[in-house]
Amino acid sequence: MNGVFMKYIDEYRDSKLIETLARSIKSAAEGLYTFMEVCGGHTAAIHRFGIRDILPQNIRLISGPGCPVCVTGKDFIDRAIAMSGIDNCIMATYGDLMRVPGSLFSLEKANASGADIRVVFSALEALDLAERFPERKIIFLGIGFETTAPGTAVALCKAEEKNIRNFFVLSAHKLMPPAMEAIIKDGTGINGFICPGHVATITGSSAFEFISGRYGTACVVTGFEPVDILQSVLMLVNQVNAGMPAVEIQYTRAVTIHGNLRARKYLGQVFEPGDAIWRGLGIVPESGLVLRDRYGRFDASSVFPLSVVTKDDDGKCICGDILRGLRTPSDCTLFGKVCIPSDPVGACMVSDEGACNIFYRYGKHE
Amino acid sequence: MNEFVTINHGSGGRQAQELIKKVFADRFMMEEPLTDSAFISAHNSGTAFTTDSYVIDPIFFPGGNIGKLAVCGTVNDLAVSGADPAFISASFIIEEGFPVDELEIIAASMADEALNAGVRIITGDTKVVGKGKCDRLFITTSGIGYLKEGRIFLGRGELVKPSDKLIINGPLGNHSVAVLGARTHAPFSTSVVSDCSCLNHMIKRVLDNTKSVRFMRDITRGGLAAVANELCHITGLGVSVIEEAVPVDEPVRGICEVFGFDPLNMANEGKILMVVGPEESQEVLRIMHSDPAGKEAAMIGEVLEENQKVVVMNTRAGGRRIIDLPSGAQLPRIC
Repeated sequence: MNGVFMKYIDEYRDSKLIETLARSIKSAAEGLYTFMEVCGGHTAAIHRFGIRDILPQNIRLISGPGCPVCVTGKDFIDRAIAMSGIDNCIMATYGDLMRVPGSLFSLEKANASGADIRVVFSALEALDLAERFPERKIIFLGIGFETTAPGTAVALCKAEEKNIRNFFVLSAHKLMPPAMEAIIKDGTGINGFICPGHVATITGSSAFEFISGRYGTACVVTGFEPVDILQSVLMLVNQVNAGMPAVEIQYTRAVTIHGNLRARKYLGQVFEPGDAIWRGLGIVPESGLVLRDRYGRFDASSVFPLSVVTKDDDGKCICGDILRGLRTPSDCTLFGKVCIPSDPVGACMVSDEGACNIFYRYGKHE
Repeated sequence: MNEFVTINHGSGGRQAQELIKKVFADRFMMEEPLTDSAFISAHNSGTAFTTDSYVIDPIFFPGGNIGKLAVCGTVNDLAVSGADPAFISASFIIEEGFPVDELEIIAASMADEALNAGVRIITGDTKVVGKGKCDRLFITTSGIGYLKEGRIFLGRGELVKPSDKLIINGPLGNHSVAVLGARTHAPFSTSVVSDCSCLNHMIKRVLDNTKSVRFMRDITRGGLAAVANELCHITGLGVSVIEEAVPVDEPVRGICEVFGFDPLNMANEGKILMVVGPEESQEVLRIMHSDPAGKEAAMIGEVLEENQKVVVMNTRAGGRRIIDLPSGAQLPRIC
């Protein structure tokens, strides 16, 4: 993007268009509707643009488990901190993981007390560290959904190609559709999903077909601007009214039915599905991405087997229920008092895309 | 041959004296002999005093360097208090091995900036520390400024009233983006240039020609979000900000979208928030617009009786949201 101005997206923030959509939603909405935005990016956009103020009261938006930081189990942080103490280790991580509390402390505190933990913007940047410091062990913390996992896969393919021996990945990558299924099975009474637009860019909208087909829940794959979100809400209302749940794509400028085939090929080559622990949801079958045997020598969890004792969550923290859409941050007795962004108790308060953090920043007055 | 700062330069002996004279004292036009204190005469109408440390990475960035930053930061801290900046002290902590020519570039830009701003660097210190004991170069400055007869200290905000207008002198976030883009392993490269500049002349023109400037702050770390919250906190009043009115340059907006940064939280080094009486807001804008540092000045909101101690943003989309104090360093998001 050097020297080239990015075309911005004011068209999708056009206040006239927003007003028109809001009116259409109001006249179409006949009963009570509960829609879940699964992606943290959507939760952030909804609050940042004040979209709840624009929607009629009979449409309830609840936040789901779509912040990769928030759903990462405490045991993962504990394991990462333990690994950061390995001799000659440089741990490389995406920024927002730094502040997530483990059982005792966070990566940020581990870094301050002597571990070498560096924020990177991509898995390839971590691989670059491995090439620059051949005598050090570089452990990349692979977190995120279908959006970031292909980047990790590409880095691992390159590491194999270049025969890099000091690059390792601790994977907590997760898949979104199985978590959405787990939430439906939990019985939260959701009429429709505002499906994650960036995940769908990779997976294609077809990844959500089984949700509308098997469970009769409306699905609209949605972009991240106010017009996108309002248009999707209107599409969801119309689906529910017609009694014909399906998967529709609102975010057509980025998403196709089959997604990014090249990224999916990399994912399939490097990872296989495995059970995964989600903060709040517990173990969700086949919802994690585990390194295939061929890439076993890069798998930090087997190369550096450490036993880690994880303390149970604070009994008062309701991040689990929030991630399942059962309760909202304002239901929590810790929210805004004991648990604040600079000193979070639960993971939802940490990331800019965590429901509690977003509620705290944008909606303290509500 | 390239010269480097060595531990010997910190010994207090001949080499130290040579370095100080050659790199700093001559450029800063310090009077010989160099004494332990600078002597300044007292001033009757009120004196503002400030200090700050500069530890930026990288020390050279598009639009400036650590030295220019130190002078501008100190000058602006004084100017927003309502004072005319007069004197600066500068203390340098230099890592062993630092190239002398880079030190000269930094000192030269400090001298230039001080000359433009009409302040004098009158006292200073250098220390050299071993490799790894500091990150290349740290600078600490202090500054003294005088309040003209009849001018009031503007740092406390006690004059702020409901329906006063909020004015900023240009687009936000350029400094943060320029510095991030200049880091060795920056994830992007950008043509954005830091806004690092001294604002005292612009501020003086506004103060000399108007009567109702009630509060000023420079919008540095923590961004507009921190300054607006501070305004609410010290006055006990509410503040509303109109999202559409806040100027943000296109490339800065783009980078913020991609990395999940909020331009309202980003640091600036040549921006102020000014709170003025509604009757004079257009005049203040007119004066700012005629100054190079205020060409893109904009009225971005107002002080409210209601929503006490809260900053509310009226969003582009027609909704409302709170602008909270930023918490900790901004971390790039995952997706």
